[in-house]
Amino acid sequence: MKNRNVVIIGGGITGLAAAYYLVKSGIKNISILEKSYLGSGSTGRCGSGIRQQFTTKEHIVLMKESVKLWKEWNNDLPIPIHFEQGGYLWLLSNKKELAQYKEYVTYQNTFGVESIIISAKEAKEIVPDLNTDKVIGASWCHTDGNAYPFDVTNALQTFLKREKVEINTFEEVNKIHVKNDKIQEVVTNKNRYATNTVINGAGYGAKYIGQLAGLNLPLQPYRHQIAASEPMNNFLGPMIVKGGLYFLQTHRGRIVGGTDLKEPPLSNLNSTLNFLEEYSKQIISVLPIISSVNIMKQWAGYYIVTPDRHPILGPTKINGFVLGCGYSGHGFMLGPVVGKLLASLIVHKNMYIAEANNLTLERFKTGKLIKERAVIG
Amino acid sequence: MKDEEIIICRCEDITLKEIKDAIHKGYKDIESLRKYLQLSAGPCQGKTCIPLTEKILAQELKKRIDEIAMPTTRPPETPVPFGIFSKAKK
Repeated sequence: MKNRNVVIIGGGITGLAAAYYLVKSGIKNISILEKSYLGSGSTGRCGSGIRQQFTTKEHIVLMKESVKLWKEWNNDLPIPIHFEQGGYLWLLSNKKELAQYKEYVTYQNTFGVESIIISAKEAKEIVPDLNTDKVIGASWCHTDGNAYPFDVTNALQTFLKREKVEINTFEEVNKIHVKNDKIQEVVTNKNRYATNTVINGAGYGAKYIGQLAGLNLPLQPYRHQIAASEPMNNFLGPMIVKGGLYFLQTHRGRIVGGTDLKEPPLSNLNSTLNFLEEYSKQIISVLPIISSVNIMKQWAGYYIVTPDRHPILGPTKINGFVLGCGYSGHGFMLGPVVGKLLASLIVHKNMYIAEANNLTLERFKTGKLIKERAVIG
Repeated sequence: MKDEEIIICRCEDITLKEIKDAIHKGYKDIESLRKYLQLSAGPCQGKTCIPLTEKILAQELKKRIDEIAMPTTRPPETPVPFGIFSKAKK
């Protein structure tokens, strides 16, 4: 039996970021439990984009803060994480879309996000290789960007190991003991951890971990696929989005992206030929010069989706059981701010950004749902 | 030959020494090694370096080779241009 101040379930960005900010707040004696290797779930499978072009106050405010923290991580973490602000260029193909995104941009601007609506010609100036034949404008935010997921997990774990945080990989949680609505103990296939504070940052596994504590979390997995190209000299610049299609060029030169196949909830991560065909067709229509470039690899990951496509953050009716899950495809980009919010909740008993309090599990009971309209991939 | 002169991953230029050092830093499975070193991320898609890394891991960790978990094999089997898939789509 080990005694721990905090047990974090899930070795993805949520768990690692929460541990990072707990350490920064002076909390010691933390264990991170991961059933596979670090970043093996949604973090390592994600499209790696980081954007503030959202449509709700909650997402915009949290992501603006997250971008600020990503910049800090870029300077502070012990290994380069390749956070780059190449921007997000969101191509719009009809008048209705354009009018809608004008509204979104105006709203984003009220929170200080530097997004603007630009013409098709201006979009082509940003990315000369674009085919803008069917584009009538674009929503552009130059402070959006991306980071390299495994550089992030490696950088965070290097920091955490130096700070003596225990990171146990290939260790699976089997039981959570709750007594009088208070967390008592976490039991894994290898050990027992006496603790009063647990963070459920288990991604796809968060629903199961919730059940172990006696909570039914409204989470559903959706498979999303991605493909990566062979590396090339950097020519692209920003993340490009058009409808369900998105792609960017990583600092290692690969074009990484995907598109939405509009599949029903699905519990498998198989790769499909249908995806490669659909994605290839869409990306070539936007970036014709890519036609002769090789696809190297495809894979799949989950969006863990909540009824209102916003994360579930913070406290639950079980004392000491804290949630960071259900990001609906935005977990990587939200990672730093969620980590800091959860650490703030544990150390100071409140999440330091007011909007985060609209994202607790409670909202599904009270019916105060928030609808995000801009979900891609 | 010295470990630092033996190239295991030819696409990404990763030496035997780098792999052994990473294993002893705590990257004790193929997936973690791949993600830490960018091993097997090149055009051969790991066909050369993954079986070699499997043996190195077994030796360094004093395990049997069948105890080393292999990574998922992902399509496409060999690099294929976007244009080929696009044409296949009717």
